[in-house]
Amino acid sequence: MTATSPAPTLTATPGQTIGPFFHFALPFDGDRDLVAPGTPGALLLHGTVRDGDGAPIQDALVEIWQADPSGAVPRRTGSMRRDGFTFTGFGRSTTDISGRYTFTTLAPGGVDGGLPFFGVTVFARGLLNRLFTRAYLPLDGAEPDALLTSVGERAGTLLTERDETGLRFDIRLQGEGETVFLTYPGHSAS
Amino acid sequence: MPELETQRQIDAEIAATAHDYEQSGAEETQPRLDYAPYRSSILRHPTKDPHHADPEGIELWAPCFGERDIDPLEADLTIQRRGEPQGEKIVVTGRVVDGQGRPVRRQLVEIWQANAGGRYIHKRDQHPAPIDPNFTGLGRCLTDDDGTYRFTTIKPGPYPWRNHLNAWRPAHIHFSLFGTDFTQRMITQMYFPGDPLFALDPIYQSIVDPKARERLVSTYDHDLTQPEVLMGYRWDIVLTGAHATPLEQEDHQ
Ligand SMILES: [Fe+2]
Repeated sequence: MTATSPAPTLTATPGQTIGPFFHFALPFDGDRDLVAPGTPGALLLHGTVRDGDGAPIQDALVEIWQADPSGAVPRRTGSMRRDGFTFTGFGRSTTDISGRYTFTTLAPGGVDGGLPFFGVTVFARGLLNRLFTRAYLPLDGAEPDALLTSVGERAGTLLTERDETGLRFDIRLQGEGETVFLTYPGHSAS
Repeated sequence: MPELETQRQIDAEIAATAHDYEQSGAEETQPRLDYAPYRSSILRHPTKDPHHADPEGIELWAPCFGERDIDPLEADLTIQRRGEPQGEKIVVTGRVVDGQGRPVRRQLVEIWQANAGGRYIHKRDQHPAPIDPNFTGLGRCLTDDDGTYRFTTIKPGPYPWRNHLNAWRPAHIHFSLFGTDFTQRMITQMYFPGDPLFALDPIYQSIVDPKARERLVSTYDHDLTQPEVLMGYRWDIVLTGAHATPLEQEDHQ
């Protein structure tokens, strides 16, 4: 399924920075555990968010939204009251003092025959609007899809890397190795 | 600690950017990510243009939240503790719609804010204004079938920050919103009408278009005001256009 919709008739409300004071409000119990640690197939999706100097960002918030391992899109409620059984596909993680975020989850399957990826949203103090990107599973010989191909030489910033705990996906807001961020139809860059 | 610049220096930078924008003839509707008067943005904005993507797969859908996630009492920030919080009690309500004006139904809205004295319940908030033991400043609700959200809260105070010398944020409530697809996710801030700090605030001014900035300012609505109880503010939110058709969203539980 690809996107089709009439052109927007209303102008979107502007975004603003998440600011420095969200830690008492947005995190919730189990926010980063899409499955309970120890669940068969569970992996750690993790990485560090860095600024233009390469310094870790300690006040970022990363969210993921993903399919289940079969490629089905979760339509279940309950992310904010995890019951240990329901896979909702949504997770939220603050970064810690070393700039690191973590999720315990399952590898997504590809939806509708596409390559499997996590949808990723990034917020931070100092970042005036949210950023979107994709964290693809390692290709393992699969052909790059249309998006990865169109990105060209920076496509590597959209690929997770397998490590001993699961999958690593670093996010660089600016500078060397700057992550490719995405804009979708209907968005305006500024 | 480096010496902080003055408000006058920040004002000059804001004015120069506003002038350039006016001359450009272009129309911008979102904040600039690269906006140096907000000093923390200097190392935290991407320098490359965002890459155009056609949403596919998971991006055509949004997470579902429901009665299991939210207690209806979380929409009233004045009853979360034993006593009444200090300050001016208000109701803030409005509709969340997509770019076609369709209501975003049964979806999560989260807010957080400072108390009446401009203080957050946050360990990094060093502002010496008092904590209010009866106010946490955190609320959640689900929109109804018309896309309407509604919070009862306390009007937040302005607060100082260290972007520059004598920097103060206009009073605001942080809003976190989901749409019917992933690409509509957004976080923003709602302001109150007529705030004298608007012109001085680099975060508000990072939206360089005056009409676009005003979309973040709520309206005082006397019809929402309740006699001898509280004042009412209305603020509607438009998300970017949804990509999936409403039909495909009907199994949203
Ligand atoms: Fe704030």
